Amino acid sequence: MSVPIHYYLILSAFMFLTGLVGVLVRRNIIVILLCIELMLNATNINFVAFAEYLHDLGGQIFVFFTLTVAAAEVGVGLAIVVAIHRSKDTINVEEFNLLKW
Amino acid sequence: MAYVFFGYFAGVIALTAVLVVALRNPVYSALALLVMFFHVAGLYITLHAEFLFAVQLMVYAGAILIFYLFAVMFLTEKTPDRYHMQSWGSLLIGGAIIVEIAVLVGQHGVSFGSTVERTALSSPSEEGNTEAIGHLLYTSYLFPFEVASLILLVAMIGAIVLSKKDLSESPPS
Repeated sequence: MSVPIHYYLILSAFMFLTGLVGVLVRRNIIVILLCIELMLNATNINFVAFAEYLHDLGGQIFVFFTLTVAAAEVGVGLAIVVAIHRSKDTINVEEFNLLKW
Repeated sequence: MAYVFFGYFAGVIALTAVLVVALRNPVYSALALLVMFFHVAGLYITLHAEFLFAVQLMVYAGAILIFYLFAVMFLTEKTPDRYHMQSWGSLLIGGAIIVEIAVLVGQHGVSFGSTVERTALSSPSEEGNTEAIGHLLYTSYLFPFEVASLILLVAMIGAIVLSKKDLSESPPS
């Protein structure tokens, strides 16, 4: 007696929406990167759930590529945050108006 | 029984996902995300993805989240004083974990040798999850695997270049 797949899809959609709302409403740039991790984990749950229900391991392989992108995003993103903090002395995204005029 | 496990993991994941967005302090957001990573790993176990369970714990909860906590503590301006007033709660939790480890070692420490002997005798009868993923990753998905390693190399060089101070102004020696 296994759990039907739409339960996993509902959970994944809820996680993704929570991460999306967090990206839009939070102003601390580190919390915005944390919410992006939340959205990537939601897609990972979707991949693994479909790999289980379609009996195809390709879904589990794709989680590795998502993981690679997540690790690269953390490395480059936090390096950018440190560089911005060094030049502007803040991590509030409301004050990042370098490209506005 | 599967519904009970799914309900527990899904409930904790949904609660901590909301907490990541709702909590004011970025340190608390990162700790809520840590709890969420552990329960997503538990959800992978119920989906028969045992290797992804280990990868989730090591890469996400071990490496990525420590990186975020380092950035939070490095970049936030002032540390509130209430971090120093929570030693009793941490003492309680740490003491409970120490007692649990002592109980586990006391129960299973005696029969450790026979456990090793039994696992050495059992032969792998069928191909497990890790072997299947490794086989697929090195045959069908070999080219995306190499591209992923290239992405990691580019990210590593980019992070070094970005975090190096005044790279362009340094005189060529």
